[in-house]
Amino acid sequence: MYAQLVETGLKKVQTAQDMSEEERAFQARIDAGVKIEAKDWMPDAYRKTLIRQISQHAHSEIVGQLPEGNWVTRAPTLKRKSILLAKIQDEAGHGLYLYSAAETLGVSRDELLAALHSGKAKYSSIFNYPTLSWADMGAVGWLVDGSAIINQIPLCRCSYGPYARAMIRVCKEESFHARQGYDIMMSLAKGTPEQKAMAQDALNRWWWPSLMMFGPSDAESVNSAQSAQWRIKLFSNDELRQRMVDQTVPQAEFLGLTVPDPDLKFNAETGHYEFGEIDWSEFQNVLKGNGPCNRERLATRVKAWDDGEWFRDAMVAYADKKAARAAA
Amino acid sequence: MSKEWPLWEVFIRSQHGLAHKHVGSLHASDAEMAVNNARDVYPRRNEGVSIWVVRAADIVASSPGDKSALFEPSNSKVYRHPTFFPMPEEVKNL
Repeated sequence: MYAQLVETGLKKVQTAQDMSEEERAFQARIDAGVKIEAKDWMPDAYRKTLIRQISQHAHSEIVGQLPEGNWVTRAPTLKRKSILLAKIQDEAGHGLYLYSAAETLGVSRDELLAALHSGKAKYSSIFNYPTLSWADMGAVGWLVDGSAIINQIPLCRCSYGPYARAMIRVCKEESFHARQGYDIMMSLAKGTPEQKAMAQDALNRWWWPSLMMFGPSDAESVNSAQSAQWRIKLFSNDELRQRMVDQTVPQAEFLGLTVPDPDLKFNAETGHYEFGEIDWSEFQNVLKGNGPCNRERLATRVKAWDDGEWFRDAMVAYADKKAARAAA
Repeated sequence: MSKEWPLWEVFIRSQHGLAHKHVGSLHASDAEMAVNNARDVYPRRNEGVSIWVVRAADIVASSPGDKSALFEPSNSKVYRHPTFFPMPEEVKNL
């Protein structure tokens, strides 16, 4: 979801026979629910997978600021503008918590950012869609942050201590994001016919990309099975997606809005909503870099990094000068 | 690529007079910026009344390999816990 299709580099799920003695002891700790900490021994594949997963998650938080930044100067009231700024500041904080967690695994912040800027590292597909109207700020908070919460709450219990602790902080702040989004949707849905139409239009555009955030079905995926064994993935993509649909459809009904899925229906027997086919070719296309905003998002990040270089260097020069004077 | 800003560990004391608690880390060029950045990130919702920042490089930590040397001796000293001493029911306030 915020991390999609994370590679483990393994062709099959490791069984006890495939493991060294150290690996068996490591797996036994995970099975016993003991958290793995930065200085503990861990298999190389676990370390690399976590770096990929956590950094992808961090990149998503940072790139996720961009679609919202689009509306800071055009928020309808000062109150909405202040709330939006606070939310965007939170996203920067979330990125920071996650980069810090990744750094405990022995990779530097600059290496992580370089991987993002070169296009080698991914961020969530969802942030490659444009935010065309103010209602999109509502839909993003409600659907995108709502989906993020569903994904992140289980990760508070994941096996890697620094990641789990970062997730706890993120989750505490994330419900503000989802609620402020729903609050925007409520105002629009109760407003003029034009405002309600704006809310419906935003739901129409964000619904399917939000379902895609969870990634394709991973029932057959070796990477997902291995990540589950390591307890860095606690539920399948389909389970999380189903949870999102089940909790969101009644929220849409309350708003008086229509979910853009003619096949959507409640199954009284299972207690779950059944929903239509997801267009995975669109998802794959966005991942390949051909979504509506891929190029713009990455170019904006790279420009911000490059334009800030003189400042980063100046601060280091200033700190070095002060330290030298203090030593003299 | 330019030199990366050093890593700082951040500790916050919450409202209620408890000890400073580790909350996370961040990069900053010097101590002053580390405090400012910590303020911008960690106590955004009234989480604290005091901030400590320490250069991560200056922290000396035990390693998992030292676990037995550091922590095992306490396993055999169960008498350090009050529950080691059973008290008769009729004796109160102990």
